[in-house]
Amino acid sequence: MTAPALRVAGTARIGGTTVFGPVVLEAPGGRWTCLLGPSGVGKSSLLRVIAGLGAGVAFAGEVAAGDGAPLDGRVALMAQDDLLLPWLDAEANVTLGARLRGKAPPRARARHLLAQVGLADHAGRRPHALSGGQRQRVALARTLMEDRPVVLLDEPFSALDARSRAQMQDLSAGLLAGRTVLHVTHDAAEAARLGDRVLLMTAAGIAPVDPPEAAPPRPFDAPETLAFQGGLLRRLMEAR
Amino acid sequence: MSRALRIAAVAALGLLAWQALVTLAGLPRFILPGPGRVFSTLWTSRALIAEHALVTATEVLAGLGLGAALGFASAILFAASPAARTLLRPMLVFSQAVPVFALAPILTLWLGYGLWSKVAMALLIIYFPVTSGFFDALMRTPPGWLELARVMGAAPGRTLWRIRVPAAMPGFASGLRLAAVYAPIGAIIGEWVGASRGLGYLMLLANGRARIDLMFAALVVLALLTLLLHAGVDAACRRLWDGRGPASAR
Repeated sequence: MTAPALRVAGTARIGGTTVFGPVVLEAPGGRWTCLLGPSGVGKSSLLRVIAGLGAGVAFAGEVAAGDGAPLDGRVALMAQDDLLLPWLDAEANVTLGARLRGKAPPRARARHLLAQVGLADHAGRRPHALSGGQRQRVALARTLMEDRPVVLLDEPFSALDARSRAQMQDLSAGLLAGRTVLHVTHDAAEAARLGDRVLLMTAAGIAPVDPPEAAPPRPFDAPETLAFQGGLLRRLMEAR
Repeated sequence: MSRALRIAAVAALGLLAWQALVTLAGLPRFILPGPGRVFSTLWTSRALIAEHALVTATEVLAGLGLGAALGFASAILFAASPAARTLLRPMLVFSQAVPVFALAPILTLWLGYGLWSKVAMALLIIYFPVTSGFFDALMRTPPGWLELARVMGAAPGRTLWRIRVPAAMPGFASGLRLAAVYAPIGAIIGEWVGASRGLGYLMLLANGRARIDLMFAALVVLALLTLLLHAGVDAACRRLWDGRGPASAR
């Protein structure tokens, strides 16, 4: 699996109202790109356009993969809401994609992935018997199960407490390595820890901000991480 | 335990009010017999009442089962096919504009005096609440789940079967709970219009012969049957489908 780069350029509108754009977004293949911006700037809408979920949004422009092949079927999505089905146990939730495509659920691999996210003993539990952090781990395992080269993250850790969030960031950075990740977030600290590349999205457009040298996931208490986080927050505050 | 106690207290209060009404208003027993008299008739005529109750219970259960199955299938058809929705749903609503009561003589004409005209009545009366309750729930799947399925590359049919239907089961359950209360009404109307067996028939017969105590005894049994059916359906629905769907989705 070689993970392609992503390129999005264009403008999205609902009716006559501009949702975002004109913007140009470039995310390098096989790397983790954070798209940081204030609420309402259209980050999530941009992600949804890439995922092919732009219902009701008119997007004028292009969404392309670096290798020229269509993105269809090469994208996995993980959102803030874990979207686990309450009537299925953790394992069945992880294998949902296979079931929906009419394939036999790869149960051994699902168990392996659940073990990787630290839930080996929870495969038979339903979502209501799991904590918020555990549910988001199941969602991560489900995302990994899809085994897609492009992974879109829509603020997947923002509803977690600080400790679970940091743990999930480390876990995801390890398990999603090698894929093209586009991670939408409004948290400067998260972008400072995770981004190989950090893009700041404001009403004026998308601009790259060079992150520290250290490879992600960066220590949350390292001076360079904190300084970069501070700089990002300042730019966010100064943006229109 | 406290629940049983509460039910017993409510029942005792009801019986007391009933007896008080009879005593204080001085009602003759051919207008409203007291609870003591009704329950003694219930006991002495237990074989007769049980025989008719069994007939009514069969009609109600058959109507409930068939109506629920038909409602389930219709709602899925409407949810899966916009064409079916456009063509058939107005007919469903229109069918509700015709009072089911008015159809009873026609059904008796077509299906005869036996079991099936009553089953059809029970079916007709529950079909709408079951279908519309389930259909509405099928159309209200949380959008996040549908989007996830789309990104996963699911076929619409599988999304329907694996996500929309299971997520809508609480809606089906609420239709079924209503149906459990409505179905006996349908069966009884059917029996009033033309029957030779069943609690509705027995009540008419008892009324005609001024056996008001027997009429009330049959009524009590009918009410108990309905309560039992509702409790059974409620318990089954709770066990099977509670804790699903939009209500429990975060």
